[in-house]
Amino acid sequence: MPAETASVTGWGRTAPSVARLIRPRTYEEAVAAVRECGARGGIPRGLGRAYGDAAQNAGGAVFDMTGLDRVHAIDADGGTVLCGAGVSLHRLMEVLLPLGWFVPVTPGTRYVTVGGAIGADIHGKNHHGSGSFSRHVLALELLTADGTVQTVRPGTDLFDATAGGMGLTGVILTATLQLQPVQTSLMSVDTERAADLDDLMARLTAGDDRYRYSVAWIDLLARGAATGRAVLTRGDHAPLDALPAGSRARRDPLAFRPGRLPAAPRHLPGGLLTRRSVGAFNELWYRRAPRLRRDELQSIAAFFHPLDGVPHWNRIYGRGGFVQYQFVVEYGQEDALRRIVDRIAARRCPSFLAVLKRFGDADPGWLSFPRPGWTLALDVPAALPGLGAFLDELDERVAAAGGRVYLAKDSRLRPELLAAMYPRLDDFRALRAELDPRGVFVSDLARRLSL
Amino acid sequence: MKDAFGLPQSLLVLGGTSEIALATARRLVARRTRTVWLAGRPSPALDEAARELRAHGADVRTVAFDALDPDTHEEVLGKVFAEGDIDLVLLAFGVLGDQAHDEREPSAAVRVARTNYIGAVSAGLVAARALQTQGHGSLVVLSSVAGERARRANFIYGSSKAGLDAFAQGLGDALQGTGVHVMVVRPGFVRTRMTAGLPEAPLATTPEAVATAIELGLRRRSETVWVPGVLRLVMSALRHVPRGVFRRLPV
Ligand SMILES: Cc1cc2nc3c(=O)[nH]c(=O)nc-3n(C[C@H](O)[C@H](O)[C@H](O)COP(=O)(O)OP(=O)(O)OC[C@H]3O[C@@H](n4cnc5c(N)ncnc54)[C@H](O)[C@@H]3O)c2cc1C
Ligand SMILES: NC(=O)c1ccc[n+]([C@@H]2O[C@H](COP(=O)([O-])OP(=O)(O)OC[C@H]3O[C@@H](n4cnc5c(N)ncnc54)[C@H](OP(=O)(O)O)[C@@H]3O)[C@@H](O)[C@H]2O)c1
Repeated sequence: MPAETASVTGWGRTAPSVARLIRPRTYEEAVAAVRECGARGGIPRGLGRAYGDAAQNAGGAVFDMTGLDRVHAIDADGGTVLCGAGVSLHRLMEVLLPLGWFVPVTPGTRYVTVGGAIGADIHGKNHHGSGSFSRHVLALELLTADGTVQTVRPGTDLFDATAGGMGLTGVILTATLQLQPVQTSLMSVDTERAADLDDLMARLTAGDDRYRYSVAWIDLLARGAATGRAVLTRGDHAPLDALPAGSRARRDPLAFRPGRLPAAPRHLPGGLLTRRSVGAFNELWYRRAPRLRRDELQSIAAFFHPLDGVPHWNRIYGRGGFVQYQFVVEYGQEDALRRIVDRIAARRCPSFLAVLKRFGDADPGWLSFPRPGWTLALDVPAALPGLGAFLDELDERVAAAGGRVYLAKDSRLRPELLAAMYPRLDDFRALRAELDPRGVFVSDLARRLSL
Repeated sequence: MKDAFGLPQSLLVLGGTSEIALATARRLVARRTRTVWLAGRPSPALDEAARELRAHGADVRTVAFDALDPDTHEEVLGKVFAEGDIDLVLLAFGVLGDQAHDEREPSAAVRVARTNYIGAVSAGLVAARALQTQGHGSLVVLSSVAGERARRANFIYGSSKAGLDAFAQGLGDALQGTGVHVMVVRPGFVRTRMTAGLPEAPLATTPEAVATAIELGLRRRSETVWVPGVLRLVMSALRHVPRGVFRRLPV
């Protein structure tokens, strides 16, 4: 099976480490890879879209799961699919949309694998109504440390440890997913502007129930009275009768043809994203947005995955890479959220297009990130002076408000804060100690945070 | 593991009482470092250094290490790495010697060379291999501007640092693609006990300034760090000064 020694990073391109990259193409090869992974263990990896060090394992093995890329079975009536864990959500959309089905949850990029979606228990713009990805998983096959494969179903400890378990319970080989029916491949979108953070929170709180999908892009460089100004985009899959009669879209309502621009060049200098350039971008983008617009038809790519249009866009941060910071604080902690947004705005972090969203009920995964409350995600260049200490300060505020940061995005959390943020951490560690006593599954993230 | 900013969680100092190393350790402990190994010749000063870092909240252990005894390096450092990953190895030991005395007494000069160069070659290679097995980590080597161009006034020390510097650069090249990062730090005159009593050179700096530069270098994954930074320019000019003139410069 193909194997090479490679330097591996997450999407943020910070903290590289070297591992043996092994790409199993069959179950047998995956079993062999786990059995033979050696003293420094192994960790599964999907498409490497986690921002930090979740899918890397210094000095050990990294199992590149994208070789298990088969869609095994589709139930076009019941709306389920059984597929390899290395299948991307992009591929699933290509296969399923023509049949009138959509993935139950999509993150801000289609280029994640089903294994990665379960491993991080990802959420989408529909979390307030639909929950996280693993709530739509009917079953999965897990290759555990002893080299055996077992079927794992929701409602069991092993399932709840694996959903959001960051690859540390074993390698997911396949998953069966419950899908979302759609009549068209277009989205019907309402856009509105919010003048400041309070206006934004009020609008999201008042309107979210009416929309399946909801998110706000927030301008964290705006200060003073405009602090927290934002553009809300909310919508649902467009029904067939929303498409103009006689239009091309109406004739082929389930077509899925996302375009892609050329990739960002490989070697870009750092420092392109300055306060000034990002500020100008945010300003333009806020002004361009309509104050209010209803029922606009947008493509799936435009609504869910605007960044996927530019492959390797993470290179614009240059060699130093970038950090994504995402946290959630529960409802009732609006003051903490306000203070954090104020701090970020005052600090003038060159962060473009931060995202604010309301989560629904917490998900069963022991280390799943979402809980009912407000989640904010922002990108910052890692080279920004003093960023480490600044984010530490935000962590303290988040923890003090009973919130948590998202492990799939993390690359720098102070380990001491983890247990307070994830109360089921001890259960997770205990289950791992029993399931994997020799510590076969380990990642740089797991070492850094003692998961 | 190091975080996105290159901050280590575990640190091994070779030359555990070095003032520059301890200033660096204090700084790193204030950020992410929780485990510190101080390797050095057993002494009350070594124990005191450990106590002080513990007071800053780190879990500190000392281990007997003598740069002049390379045959033991494998075993001593092997034990440290066996206890867990080391994110940062700071190679800080070194002796200045006494140029006038050492010129008269070659065996003393040899001691300088054996400590600063041979000791570092041995410990550097042992540490590099262990880091390579981990697939990650940084080796930070305290070289010196004195090694950039040997001066009449301290060419014994200077030549040992020149050898160390060349060694560390080559090691860094050899370790490309292994996940191990080698950073050569070239301070100018630093006010520590090593330089106590000597006339201060221009651009003199402090251990804390070296520590700050090391933290920044780790974040940037720099290969060479000068402290203060302007020395890079100064030395690139001095490198090209003709021998006859350089010999008579009061530096
Ligand atoms: C532009 C962008 C937008 C994003 N938007 C969102 C968002 O809206 N919501 C959200 O939740 N996340 C979001 N993310 C994060 C992303 O969805 C997650 O990090 C996801 O886990 C990435 O999947 P991947 O296949 O790339 O996995 P990787 O990044 O390769 O791995 C992620 C984790 O999953 C584990 N894993 C991977 N494959 C398997 C397997 N077969 N078995 C077991 N474990 C496995 C890995 O060990 C690792 O811990 C976004 C990322 C980007 C780059
Ligand atoms: N100070 C400066 O101006 C300056 C400038 C440029 C570079 N440097 C370099 O920076 C490094 C640290 O210097 P410093 O200023 O911090 O001086 P320092 O406080 O005198 O530290 C020197 C360290 O080297 C150790 N050491 C000496 N011989 C040893 C041996 N045989 N085995 C083990 N350890 C030994 C000493 O340990 P003991 O306690 O056992 O003696 C001490 O810990 C040195 O390599 C030095 O050359 C210093």
